[in-house]
Amino acid sequence: MEDISLVTVVFMLPLVGVLPLLFVRSLSEHTMKWLTLTVSLVTFGLSLLLLYNFDTRVAGLQMVQKWDWISSDSFTIRYYVGVDGISIWLVLLTTFIMPISILASFEPIKDRVRLYYIFMLLMEWAMIGVFVAQDLFLFYVFWEVTLIPMYFLIGIWGSEDRIYAAIKFFLYTMAGSLLMLLAILWLGNEAGTFSLPEIFAKLNSGELSFSPSTERWLFLAFAIAFAIKVPMWPLHSWLPDAHVQAPTAGSVILAGVLLKMGTYGFVRFNLPLFPEASETFAPYIALLAVIGIIYGAWVSYGQDNVKKLVAYSSISHLGFVMLGIFALNSSGIQGGILQMVNHGISTGGLFLMVGMLYERRHTKMMNAFGGIWRAMPLFSGLSLVIVLSSMGLPGLNGFVGEFTILLGSAGSQVLSLWFTVAAAVGIILAAVYMLYMFNTVYMGELDKEENKRLPDLNWQELWSLIPIVIMVFAIGLQAGFFFNYMDSSVRDLVQYLGDTITAAAGR
Amino acid sequence: MENFYNLVPLIVIIPAIGLLINLFAGKYLGEKGVGIVAVGASTGAFLVSVLLWIALVDTGFEAAVVNMPLLDGWIRIPSAGVEIPWQFRVDTLSVTMMLVVTGVGTLIHLYAVGYMHGDERFPRFFVYMNLFLVFMLTLVSGNNFLMMFVGWEGVGLCSYLLIGFWFDKPGGEGWRNSDAARKAFIVNRVGDFGLVLGVLITFWTFGTLDYYRPHEEPLHVAAHGAEESAPVFAPDVPEAEAVEHAPSGPLGVFNQAHLWLEEGGHRVDFGLFSMSFEATLTVITLLFLLGATGKSAQIPLFVWLPDAMAGPTPVSALIHAATMVTAGVYMMVRSNVFFHASDTTSFVVTLIGATTALMAGFIAMGQWDIKKVLAYSTVSQLGFMVAAVGVGAYAAAMFHLVTHAFFKALLFLGSGSVIHGVEHGHHHVAHAHGDEHHAEPFDPQDIRNMGGLRHRMPVTYWTYLIGMLALAGVIPFAGFWSKDEILLDTLKLGTEQGRLDGYVGFVLLLVAAVFTAFYMTRQVALVFWGAPRTEAAAHASESSPTMTVPLVILAVLSVIGGFMNIPDGFPVLGSLFGVHELTSWLEHSVVYAHAGSFNFLLATAAVLLALAAIYAGRLVYNDRVLRTLRLDPLEADPRTSRAFALANAKLYWDEFYFKYIVYPFRDAAHWLADRLDWAFWHDFVHNEVIYGTFQRATRVLTEPVDRGLIDRAFNAIGEAIRAAAARLRTIQTGYVRTYALSVLFGALLVMFIILLPVIRELLGM
Repeated sequence: MEDISLVTVVFMLPLVGVLPLLFVRSLSEHTMKWLTLTVSLVTFGLSLLLLYNFDTRVAGLQMVQKWDWISSDSFTIRYYVGVDGISIWLVLLTTFIMPISILASFEPIKDRVRLYYIFMLLMEWAMIGVFVAQDLFLFYVFWEVTLIPMYFLIGIWGSEDRIYAAIKFFLYTMAGSLLMLLAILWLGNEAGTFSLPEIFAKLNSGELSFSPSTERWLFLAFAIAFAIKVPMWPLHSWLPDAHVQAPTAGSVILAGVLLKMGTYGFVRFNLPLFPEASETFAPYIALLAVIGIIYGAWVSYGQDNVKKLVAYSSISHLGFVMLGIFALNSSGIQGGILQMVNHGISTGGLFLMVGMLYERRHTKMMNAFGGIWRAMPLFSGLSLVIVLSSMGLPGLNGFVGEFTILLGSAGSQVLSLWFTVAAAVGIILAAVYMLYMFNTVYMGELDKEENKRLPDLNWQELWSLIPIVIMVFAIGLQAGFFFNYMDSSVRDLVQYLGDTITAAAGR
Repeated sequence: MENFYNLVPLIVIIPAIGLLINLFAGKYLGEKGVGIVAVGASTGAFLVSVLLWIALVDTGFEAAVVNMPLLDGWIRIPSAGVEIPWQFRVDTLSVTMMLVVTGVGTLIHLYAVGYMHGDERFPRFFVYMNLFLVFMLTLVSGNNFLMMFVGWEGVGLCSYLLIGFWFDKPGGEGWRNSDAARKAFIVNRVGDFGLVLGVLITFWTFGTLDYYRPHEEPLHVAAHGAEESAPVFAPDVPEAEAVEHAPSGPLGVFNQAHLWLEEGGHRVDFGLFSMSFEATLTVITLLFLLGATGKSAQIPLFVWLPDAMAGPTPVSALIHAATMVTAGVYMMVRSNVFFHASDTTSFVVTLIGATTALMAGFIAMGQWDIKKVLAYSTVSQLGFMVAAVGVGAYAAAMFHLVTHAFFKALLFLGSGSVIHGVEHGHHHVAHAHGDEHHAEPFDPQDIRNMGGLRHRMPVTYWTYLIGMLALAGVIPFAGFWSKDEILLDTLKLGTEQGRLDGYVGFVLLLVAAVFTAFYMTRQVALVFWGAPRTEAAAHASESSPTMTVPLVILAVLSVIGGFMNIPDGFPVLGSLFGVHELTSWLEHSVVYAHAGSFNFLLATAAVLLALAAIYAGRLVYNDRVLRTLRLDPLEADPRTSRAFALANAKLYWDEFYFKYIVYPFRDAAHWLADRLDWAFWHDFVHNEVIYGTFQRATRVLTEPVDRGLIDRAFNAIGEAIRAAAARLRTIQTGYVRTYALSVLFGALLVMFIILLPVIRELLGM
């Protein structure tokens, strides 16, 4: 029996936490809440250890664990996990967002508490699984497993149209991943293995190669699954439904982590597996990304429902991430990865805010509010920081991500400067819709009787927002620390992209 | 005293500490405590600026670059070659700005303690004010464009918060204040769009955003016209190190630009972008200009500044007159190497500045709100500064920036004192008449409600008069010197280089200067001269010393402020105060700062024109008119009534923007959100077409195929499942729905399969 990698520990801990919830019948609601929170906090603590043990000079996988799962003569499927510079921050984002979502569920979730927390921990387990899996098949399994808890979180604890939204969410993403499954099976069969590092090795040595048209088809098969998850314009129709109907914690997880699985998938699979196709498709994807940036922002501004506004803003923000990734250079990709984390933090925060408003007034319509700052100064002050972070105020986290992405796209070898110009329009629009929201809800006169006695934050709410605000400043002021962890891996990836593209051009 | 340089981070840290104390402990400190902390923080920053000034003088104006402690890497991506640190630059330009910001800032903080007395959010006001200092000082002291941008948008945030400070005033005013705040931020973002793009192109052109590297001195065009060929390094740097610095690593952007321009024929290639270096600089500077038109309120983005007067008056004085709005001018002066290189941009800058100066001066003549007049006046004066940048008179632009900070802060604080006094009078009257009078709408900022205040508020009056004379450009007040330098430099661009923008700019600015003298006379006449036109004005009272002392200090500065840059050849004063003191100080950091000369004819003409305008103003607004002011005399006179109406309507800029940009954008947003995205894409395509087709298809399949054959088989299975479920239900005591449970068990099964290898390993199988 070999040593168990820290990655496996972090990965499996939430699952272990499910066990008492499943089998110990006598737990009180109170105990279940605190147990779940403790498990997620310990997971977060251990994931910090992951960061501590991470060697920033190494480009490849670290803290790897590799066990055979299913092996036959023609292929092997492995339990193969590890982290590198691309995934480490996403693992941390997951373990960071989860305790916050759990804490934020203490008050609002009143029925089927046991089941709820079981799903929360399963959710965490599956999401970490997606980010640490280094075997295509394993990845696919977790990719689909994440759907199940989210399906129930929306379907059981959601608002009025929850069943519709849950089914739509499920079918939409499921339909997208079917093509990916086919591509994965095809790839595994061709390569004789599902392990990513082995496939890369075979691609590098020329043992495995695709014709340009095969490569493009494979690229698209993966891309559609990921693009739906992101979601990229125009495949975003499931997102507003899911967000509006989901309970607060569901929205936080959805926006905070689940959407990142799509963008992560592009960096993890599409770029290194299909470099030439990536280059071919880059301008088209960037075009969709830029349309998404402007469209998402514009549609946000047209909303009356604050939760829908935040949901559409995600389309705009993730457009930035996609633009950065398909700039296919180091600052673009690193900016994209950092922006995934930033979006998780700030949009997670925005959904928490919306949830807190909803808990008090049972409405999400913005015109029901106004002058909330006067009634709830503490809440409003913290909200302002999160709104500004989402708007990309320099000195806060969102700006660093957006600026680095724009830097990447401006210097990109595959994108014209006009993409950057159009994306920068999104910066103006972000201020337009965000301040529209902030002005309508928080500023102005406190002229509605029912808003005058709203209680300010209770301790759970306060402590779910404080970590977010801390991270907003930490990343905003000291982004170099975060880039440092990605740099080697991304440098490698970009170099590989450049090499194969040059080689292909010479062929 | 070189050690003083290392104090520069304190200039940001001290106000930051002040704001943190007031943020967390403000409500326990009381007004006095909060005031002491806030004014103390501002004073501390001022003292640091003075020490930096001393250090600069002491070391022969040698610039220094200092890193921020603790925050060592801001945006650092080695593999992309990106290195943008938190780094301060101490040179004569940044210290000039620091002195103005902290000096005027401290006086305004002090004034605000009196002005904001009794406000329920007193501590928060000073949190924002100190936060403003943090960002403004970051803006002027950063050593790279991105740090400047942090300050740039940060001061915009403070502006937003302070314009909307009274967001909850009743009767619709709160909403108006909030809207004004939002308008300011969004209009500025339009400018920031340009600035960000300019910064991005700058980065890829030079590979860095640093103005200058540490130990690198600005390359100067030597006085004889011969240019020095190698970078000049600070004298205290050892030879070896200097040599090591010269070839290794890129230079800061400005010296690099200097060298490439000198070489000529350099091309810029990055990504898919390819252009000659000169054209790239034109693109960059035009984008920077867009940023400047936002922050420094120029055509076409000036529309936010008049609305920004919704904020408390100290805010108008500090942010919207003396410091923040000059950030655009600072940025362009900082980038003088870029702007100097592009004739196209310079041409546009001159015309925008001069046109703005004239247009805003015109609008100011038709305003009734005491602060709106000053706001348009500020737009107009900023136009002078921008035009100065356009004609290459960078030192003159900075000179006017400094003197304007003195006298415009003075005027705004004076107007605040007036408003305070009139409000006081109004309350007094309301008290005497009983409360029913109180309900009547009364605007304490409308100059029609004033008159004759010189007797009631003597200190405010005399200091205001000094501010007015300084603004009008009457010798020897501060405004005369700086405005004269700009006018002369503009004219010389025409006469000496035959440039059209020189002539056009000169004419526009000269007319604007006449307007300035006229509208200021109008304002002083309506506010202070004649007899009181309302009970409130008749009962107005002088403000407290915390407010009047800053007025007196600023008045003194407005009198003597111009002596810091006496032009060459001016009799007596030159030998008394030294010649071109400010210019030669700035020359150490502003490469193209050049000394303005003095032209007796022009100066006399300008002063005579200003005096004539004042006299004309006095004629129009004579005591008879002032006694029973119903209409403005210009409004009543048929020859000028249409012009007055235009000025009064602010030339319909807002209406234009609302009609052609804001409303269409908003309507399009609703159309996109409701029609395209929801009705069409969500409801029709997804629900009707995709889902509907799927359902219909299934129905077709169900009828013949399913019912006959498969149904029977599945019914059997269904029965079995139902039976099993029923049993499970009893186990689970009905808490969980069957379907949830079954899927959960499915998930557990999947998990188990996945975990097989783990379990196998663990068990050692």
